[in-house]
Amino acid sequence: MTDSIESQVMAIIAKKRKLDPATVTLDSTFEQLGVDSLDAADLLFTFEDAFGIVVPDEAAQSMKSVRQVVDGIRRLVAERAGA
Amino acid sequence: MRRVAVTGLGVVSPLGLGRDVFWTGLRDGRSGVRRITRFDASTFQAQAAADVPEFDPLQFFDQTTSETLDRFAQYALVAADEAWQQSGVTLDDAARDRAGAIVASAMGGVVSHDESYLRLYGQGNARLHPFTIPRIMNNAAASHVSMRLGLRGPTLSTATACAAAAHAIGEAAEMIRAGRADVMIAGGADAPIAPGVVRAWEALRVLAPIADDPARTCRPFSRDRAGIVLGEGAAIVVLEAWERAAARGAEILAELAGYGATADAAHLTQPGLRAPVAAIETALRQAGLAPDAIEYVNAHGTATRLNDSAETAILKRAFGAHAPRLAISSTKSMHGHAMGASAAFEFVATVLALRHAIAPPTINYTEPDPECDLDCVPNTAREMRIRAAISSSFAFGGLNAILAVRAV
Repeated sequence: MTDSIESQVMAIIAKKRKLDPATVTLDSTFEQLGVDSLDAADLLFTFEDAFGIVVPDEAAQSMKSVRQVVDGIRRLVAERAGA
Repeated sequence: MRRVAVTGLGVVSPLGLGRDVFWTGLRDGRSGVRRITRFDASTFQAQAAADVPEFDPLQFFDQTTSETLDRFAQYALVAADEAWQQSGVTLDDAARDRAGAIVASAMGGVVSHDESYLRLYGQGNARLHPFTIPRIMNNAAASHVSMRLGLRGPTLSTATACAAAAHAIGEAAEMIRAGRADVMIAGGADAPIAPGVVRAWEALRVLAPIADDPARTCRPFSRDRAGIVLGEGAAIVVLEAWERAAARGAEILAELAGYGATADAAHLTQPGLRAPVAAIETALRQAGLAPDAIEYVNAHGTATRLNDSAETAILKRAFGAHAPRLAISSTKSMHGHAMGASAAFEFVATVLALRHAIAPPTINYTEPDPECDLDCVPNTAREMRIRAAISSSFAFGGLNAILAVRAV
């Protein structure tokens, strides 16, 4: 499950940003990946669809790296499962 | 080149009906931002907006006329009437060919759009209101103003997002300078507070969540700023060739002295630096004003994290050592971001600031942000002589427009 979120997030970023998947790692920041605020809004929309979650704005603001995205989504998926 | 006089102002804003209530509201730091009640926004993240209170179209239009008008065009007509009346312009038949209107609307009749889509997709009713198209077209406001006032000169609408009204006013002035018209009605109108539009802005993640006190939701330049608050309304001005206004003994409210328009040609939503600075320089050059002659700036000041820090950098670059001496306010803190009407609100606010010798405040300022370290006239209006000012607009799509105003 965990690995799946991680790999899906990285695959989505690579695909949407047309990046070589090898360049997207858990430690990549949005800045390093050339993801600006508009790209980030687009990515979050894709993640919301892919994982069936809603990312609140506060959570979105703290998602500036792949790891932060994965952690955030993991938390939101768990919350949804628990609800 | 001919000079351009401002001889009339009209406003329908979240602060109420008319330019007087608009000005006293801004001067007193009153917010027009409130909880959305026009539709059920309880599931929305953005539950606050600056809507026009207590506007009854039937107070201004008969039932039949009212039905042909989306809300944005209704606002434009009411504001145009007020501005026209103040100007005292009268036109004989030949003069009507040299009088026109440029009325901006970034979004057009989105309330009518929203209602028609609800009917079509939500209720499965394929028969839409026959006036849907005339209501939604972006030029509806410009066209209705020309019909109402009998203007047969150049008439069009601009749709350049948050800078649309600055382009409208600036281009109208250029038409007068170039001798293509002698009198121009110019300004902007928008009414974007509809569920589909608010949801679309939410998706971009730039709207501020409602504050405990809704009036405190929009906090430009403050460290705790949280984003845009949508607004609505219209502001319309009458521009006139200087000699014509002077010859008929009109009260000239201010001189629209300069206009600069540039494009970043870079990013869709992040403001640039080089092109906005160039727009300021162009406006000042046309006005024959040195940077240190500017005393007041009505900022774009949307209260997003990105805009306000970028705007601070723009002003520092454009004004250099003079930047810390500028009084800079974002009146959006009070009238919200009314899209295509915003720059018209702000131009009117700038003219009135000159006339009253008062810089309106940026309200809801709680905490300094090192990235926005210029003087934003926090919370309280300031009495000060203002001989020259600029009003700045930086639209999504990287389009910048600056209007420079000189006191008479």
